Amino acid sequence: MSMTATAGRAHADPHHIGRTAEHEGPAPKRIVTAYGFWIFLLSDIVMFSCFFAAYAVLSGQTADGPKGTEIFEPRNVAIETVCLLLSSFTCGMASIAADVRNRFWFYLGMAVTCGLGLVFLIIEFREFADLVSRGYGPSRSAFLTAFFSLVGCHGLHVSAGVLWLLTMMAQVFAKGFRADVLRRMMCFALFWHALDIVWVGVFSVVYLLGSGG
Amino acid sequence: MLGKLDWSAIPFDQPIPLIAGAVVLVGILAVLIWVVVKGHLPYLWHEWITSVDHKRIGVMYILLASVMLLRGGSDAIMMRIQQAVAYQSQGYLPPEHYNQIFSAHGTIMIFFVAMPFVIGLMNLVVPLQLGVRDVAFPTLNSVGFWLTATGALLVNLSLVIGEFARTGWLAFPPLSELSYSPGVGVDYYAWSLQISGVGTLVAGINLVTTVLKLRTKGMNYLRMPMFCWTTLASNLLIVAAFPILTATLAMLLLDRYLGFHFFTNEAGGNVMMFMNLIWAWGHPEVYILVLPAFGIFSEVVSTFSGKALFGYRSMVLATMAICIISFMVWLHHFFTMGAGPDVNAIFGIASMIIAIPTGVKIYNWLFTMYGGRIRFETPMLWSIGFMVTFIVGGLTGVLLAVPPADFMLHNSMFLVAHFHNVIIGGVLFGAFAGFEYWFPKAFGFRLDERWGKLAFWFTFLGFFITFVPLYIAGMLGMTRRMQHYDVAAWRPWMIVAAVGMAVLTIGVICQIMQIVVSIRNREALRDRTGDPWDGRSLEWATSSPPPVFNFAFDPDVRGEDAYWDLKAHAKRQSLEHEPPEYHDIEMPRNSPTGFVCAFFATIMGFALIWHIWWMVILGGLGAWATFVVFAWRDHDEYVIPADEVARIDRVSIEDRRNLVSMAGSV
Amino acid sequence: MNLLDPQGPVAAANSTILVDSVFIMLAIVVPTIVAILVFAFWFRASNPKARFQPDFVYSGRVEMVVWAIPALTVILLGGVAWIGSHQLDPAAPVPGTGSPVRIQAVSLDWKWLFIYPDQRIATVNTLTVPAGAELNFQLTSSSVMNVFFIPQLGSMIYTMNGMVTKLNLRADSEGKLHGLSAHFSGDGFPDMMFDVNVISPLAFPDWVAATAKSDAVLNEESYKKLMQQGVEKGRPVYRLDDPRLFDLIATQHIPPGPGPELISDAGRPHSGGHDAR
Repeated sequence: MSMTATAGRAHADPHHIGRTAEHEGPAPKRIVTAYGFWIFLLSDIVMFSCFFAAYAVLSGQTADGPKGTEIFEPRNVAIETVCLLLSSFTCGMASIAADVRNRFWFYLGMAVTCGLGLVFLIIEFREFADLVSRGYGPSRSAFLTAFFSLVGCHGLHVSAGVLWLLTMMAQVFAKGFRADVLRRMMCFALFWHALDIVWVGVFSVVYLLGSGG
Repeated sequence: MLGKLDWSAIPFDQPIPLIAGAVVLVGILAVLIWVVVKGHLPYLWHEWITSVDHKRIGVMYILLASVMLLRGGSDAIMMRIQQAVAYQSQGYLPPEHYNQIFSAHGTIMIFFVAMPFVIGLMNLVVPLQLGVRDVAFPTLNSVGFWLTATGALLVNLSLVIGEFARTGWLAFPPLSELSYSPGVGVDYYAWSLQISGVGTLVAGINLVTTVLKLRTKGMNYLRMPMFCWTTLASNLLIVAAFPILTATLAMLLLDRYLGFHFFTNEAGGNVMMFMNLIWAWGHPEVYILVLPAFGIFSEVVSTFSGKALFGYRSMVLATMAICIISFMVWLHHFFTMGAGPDVNAIFGIASMIIAIPTGVKIYNWLFTMYGGRIRFETPMLWSIGFMVTFIVGGLTGVLLAVPPADFMLHNSMFLVAHFHNVIIGGVLFGAFAGFEYWFPKAFGFRLDERWGKLAFWFTFLGFFITFVPLYIAGMLGMTRRMQHYDVAAWRPWMIVAAVGMAVLTIGVICQIMQIVVSIRNREALRDRTGDPWDGRSLEWATSSPPPVFNFAFDPDVRGEDAYWDLKAHAKRQSLEHEPPEYHDIEMPRNSPTGFVCAFFATIMGFALIWHIWWMVILGGLGAWATFVVFAWRDHDEYVIPADEVARIDRVSIEDRRNLVSMAGSV
Repeated sequence: MNLLDPQGPVAAANSTILVDSVFIMLAIVVPTIVAILVFAFWFRASNPKARFQPDFVYSGRVEMVVWAIPALTVILLGGVAWIGSHQLDPAAPVPGTGSPVRIQAVSLDWKWLFIYPDQRIATVNTLTVPAGAELNFQLTSSSVMNVFFIPQLGSMIYTMNGMVTKLNLRADSEGKLHGLSAHFSGDGFPDMMFDVNVISPLAFPDWVAATAKSDAVLNEESYKKLMQQGVEKGRPVYRLDDPRLFDLIATQHIPPGPGPELISDAGRPHSGGHDAR
């Protein structure tokens, strides 16, 4: 039974919708994959926004513990920010390299991205370790709870990103620039840029507003 | 070595859960042995467990939901008996047991009955209605299902190993914090929801992408069947709301495991934040469940009235309006927390506004019936039963949205009756209607009408006998979650409700009988046309059950009610009969990724609940390795040769062709 | 405990709004249900008299009406909700005869403590109030959330640790009422029902004087004993040592009440539940 053979118009527009744009059929896989991943990123951002909201609610609840101004170190945060922003750039370079199938620049771009990500993570880890050793761990006050979870949640994402990044490099090494590998690379790049955007939020809400107040 | 786990975790002193657990365990073992002995294991493994076919996954979702419905139903029976006998006495359930039962009942019914049932139906039907071969991400679909199953497994494990939460289905802090709930119950609750929540999110992303990006040629947005629209709305809500649940439960878990202070009484934690966050998820959740049900009713009412859906555009508008407004009403769950009159009034009015598009839907179904030729087959009975029941639930819902009325009815049995009224009368009736309606599509034979109608009438009457008394008890000041009470006026109503529960149970037994009888008579009930109900959308244009590739040819849609259109057209000019040219079809390969991933998630979840840290690491590594192995595979698709496609398609083509050429001639 | 048998102005107003709203909605709900049943019956496939109109799937006029009917109803009810929320705000004053009585209620695991700071007395699980006087409640919780609710006096309100909520009520006729907690709070939750004795304004000072003679004293020490988990079957009364006790609780100067003691590490059935029985 061939359905393409029919062109019924009898009930074609019973709802008075009028003419609508023609639809060409399913989108190609690259579009579908990227679209799905965008939706995942949006949902991830919703999750972050909950931690942002919690931070906004609890940031004043210091329970006689330290305030933000007393524990934040603007210099470290500045280095972290520079690292992440630069890594977004190098990640973009790697994406372009993958698109033109240039292995050298791809590996280089990814390696630098990885390095910058690791520097970011190390600085953040040291900041956390330092706070905990001073007795300002997340159990000290609701403010620190919210601070550690928001910043830590972003840090966990970056860690997962680094793991993914290394897996991507290994995939390109083993499989070359196959279509599915390229789709994954595109998703990774989206993920990494999204983390950057979230960091801009963390930077502004936690560190900038925090050290101002 | 085993964290908090020791022999005291097994409730040797409590016969009820122990016997129940033993019976279930023996049942599962018996089924497993039967499967292995009969040699069905390879079939199960290749055709179901590792399947990435959206239809198979849909069926497995529904199977999971049905089994869990029996579990949640048993909890309900126990609660109704307890409240019927616990007047001036302790009844037969001590508080620590009763409190677990109502918590488990709510958790199971929402997360492991209603959610998998509607997600299963969406999975089964939506790709068929859109005229495509599968969902956007077939393997992830399988992962999503198996993670949901993991959550269900963990909840049921708590029956015999340790305990379940005794905090209600939303585990409000500070009661759910470590200091007031030191047992593993809340951990079981939170981890099983976290794991199944990931599964739900995956399903949501998958279906949103499917509806938005994978529609067959000519399937414009405004030609999509209503069920696809409600699926889109519902899954957009999943994608936007479930991360809130994940974040909220993560905060609760951080409090419990690492001594954080999100919701504790100490160090500045804020319990009201939990209330806001959980309901910011919880209210959209209600619409996640009920919107697909609305879609099912739209399909059913239109099909069985022999008419296109009345006011299609209004329906689309109403669906999307509900989708958006449902995010702006969460505060009505705690008017009595002292938010102040302006806030209360604004959220009260916003909640009422949702009743407008919902009312529009009811009227549009009403006018779909107007001028129709209504056939009262079982799906239509459920739909009419729904309309009547849901209006009552809507009335009490709007009533609860009036803050001064809520000041007296909040948390009362009236509220309990209200949300059962909308969830049973809306979601469950919808799920049953969809089940009866699409069963022939999934399995190739119809369900027995006689038992189906009996099931409807017992459930319908049983519902009112059970829940009208609860409305009345609420008006008599009875609050929810009472393990015992001393107020004489409440007692007769609790007894009536228990009787109603018995009637509802008969309804469930009829459903089971219906399936048994239908399987026995399957040859007599066989559907060879692929279109047993004189349907209107594309799922009826292929055989029942559909081949793995759904359609031998990509359907080309030229108007709304695509398949009806085709049939109406065929009446006027005979369908061309020259043998069509078949092509190779690429389909995604089966993959054990979902199952293996869920296996490790189960290990990890269990280990987290019992603080067995080495096992947590093992489970985590296993899950990660599964994904890497999956990413490393070289062939994710296989090709069905044109000859094979032709062979499969020709099996039933004559029956289907005859139907199409005769259609509309009625 | 019938909500439709109010014993005070707040409950009377609440239940009036409740009943009015139901009737407003019934005005459209009943015809709709009837229409569903009538349409379904008349347009049954076996009815030869019913006219089959397969093309009746769109009508601008009908659409207009079906959006308008629920919208108008909601506009009407929205007005009721807006006015009602403001007039019946739990914190709004409820003028009465005589001087208002201040009562500070604390939900404990699992009993209610009522502190009368001006009279310097306190009671557990019994609330005695004069008829006709404004009752100013301040409420907090010693541990988990509860909801304070006397059905026949109206408007319930949450109690939360570290926070104070406000509620004003009035009881108009003498008699015995019941109150309860309307938010699940643990194993002893169903035993959080309490008596409400509404006595004449003349008898109230006598009751206060009699209660003040109690041997038991409520201070920080005895309060900490009281807030241990358990059910109180009796109706103890106390002399109040320090009228600021409630503030100490609400501001967490007295730390929140402890939870159950964990017997086994596996923590299945632990204490609390056993006391509750």
